[in-house]
Amino acid sequence: MQLVLDMLSWILLTAGGGFVLVGGIGALRMPNLYTRMHAASVTDTMGAALVIAGVMVQAGLSLVTVKLAAILIFLLITSPTASYALANAALLAGIRPSAGTAADLEDLQ
Amino acid sequence: MTVLFGVLLLTLLVITAVAIVRTTNLFVAVMLLGIFSLLIAANFFILDAADVALTEAAVGAGISTVLFLGALALTTEFERTPTPHRWLSLAVVTGATLVVLYATFDKPAFGDPGAPVHQHVAPWYLEKTPELVEIPNVVTAVLGSYRGYDTLGEVFVVFTAGIGVLFLLSGRRRSAGERLHVSPQDSSTGLRSHVIPLVVSRLLTPFILLFGLYVQFHGEYGPGGGFQAGALVAAAFILYALVEGEQRGLEVLPQSALNALMVGGALLYGGVGVMGILLGGDFLDYSVLASDPVSGQQLGIILIEAGVGMTVTGVLLSIFHAFAARDRV
Repeated sequence: MQLVLDMLSWILLTAGGGFVLVGGIGALRMPNLYTRMHAASVTDTMGAALVIAGVMVQAGLSLVTVKLAAILIFLLITSPTASYALANAALLAGIRPSAGTAADLEDLQ
Repeated sequence: MTVLFGVLLLTLLVITAVAIVRTTNLFVAVMLLGIFSLLIAANFFILDAADVALTEAAVGAGISTVLFLGALALTTEFERTPTPHRWLSLAVVTGATLVVLYATFDKPAFGDPGAPVHQHVAPWYLEKTPELVEIPNVVTAVLGSYRGYDTLGEVFVVFTAGIGVLFLLSGRRRSAGERLHVSPQDSSTGLRSHVIPLVVSRLLTPFILLFGLYVQFHGEYGPGGGFQAGALVAAAFILYALVEGEQRGLEVLPQSALNALMVGGALLYGGVGVMGILLGGDFLDYSVLASDPVSGQQLGIILIEAGVGMTVTGVLLSIFHAFAARDRV
């Protein structure tokens, strides 16, 4: 039983770490602000959720799990809101979403 | 493993510090300072200093960032061209760094159990706290009782800082109609037209306040206490003021109430100390506050933590409103 739980927890943690890695690469490599944000938001939704789920499996049925669940709910509410606020601020600041890179680079400078 | 994490975090800390110095965009510098605080909080946490980590995360990464942004809104976003005396500052920084590096040679190795910090008063605190104060969190006992004078000094420092900022900034408070970025018919300056932040902040504010109270009153049993709780409660009200408009924030908790919190907290702390004298003990000796010394200690710690929380909340919110009330200078 413990082995199954350990394996499940490791799968969740590794998958979460993978999402964080993908988000980090995306935030560096994507061509413009909005696509970068799209990549980075993977980190604090899927990445954080899977890592916390993995830790919850390790913690078992205890107060720690309840606290982790509270953190998870908090993150699932606040992270998309922060992404929305950031995108909204960027739009208001005049950065237009576009497929190309040149226009965005001009806007950023 | 702890050493590995520590080295990683400290390396990131150095990179962030260099980036803060290098950037000329002050907005970027503020964001990097927030990251710096989070990194140092994580560092405190892996060193098992959960109380300090909580304070650093709440004040350093949370409230300071908001206050810095408030200050930035009053000034420009870019650093001025540097003064020609850079070689002098470089020499001073190099000299200070060399002195600090030289001083580290005398320090005990990391985690050395024979280090003076583990041999001096710490064993006494760890041994006597269950007997004298009967609370699980020794940090709170040290902060509130054994080192009560230091904490009183910290509260007075926070109080003085708040008074100083109020003297400097709140002299020319303008009414809502006069302020430049507010049209007279719409006195709300917040994000009330943005539904998502509005709904989410309304949803979260009660829970942030509840968590602040939990941190305040659970400080005897887990990480927490007045400083952290004060920062959390202030953060809840700042969130409200940011979203609903600064004016609405002031209606909920007016400046007079903030002044009362600031003064009341410091007075409560000092009053508990004087109460000790009046009941026949020493200044800040809580043992005489109740019929038996242990519950006296617990009562004293709860009261002074409440005072700390009140002062910190009042000062942080006053500074926030003082910045928000000013137009560009």
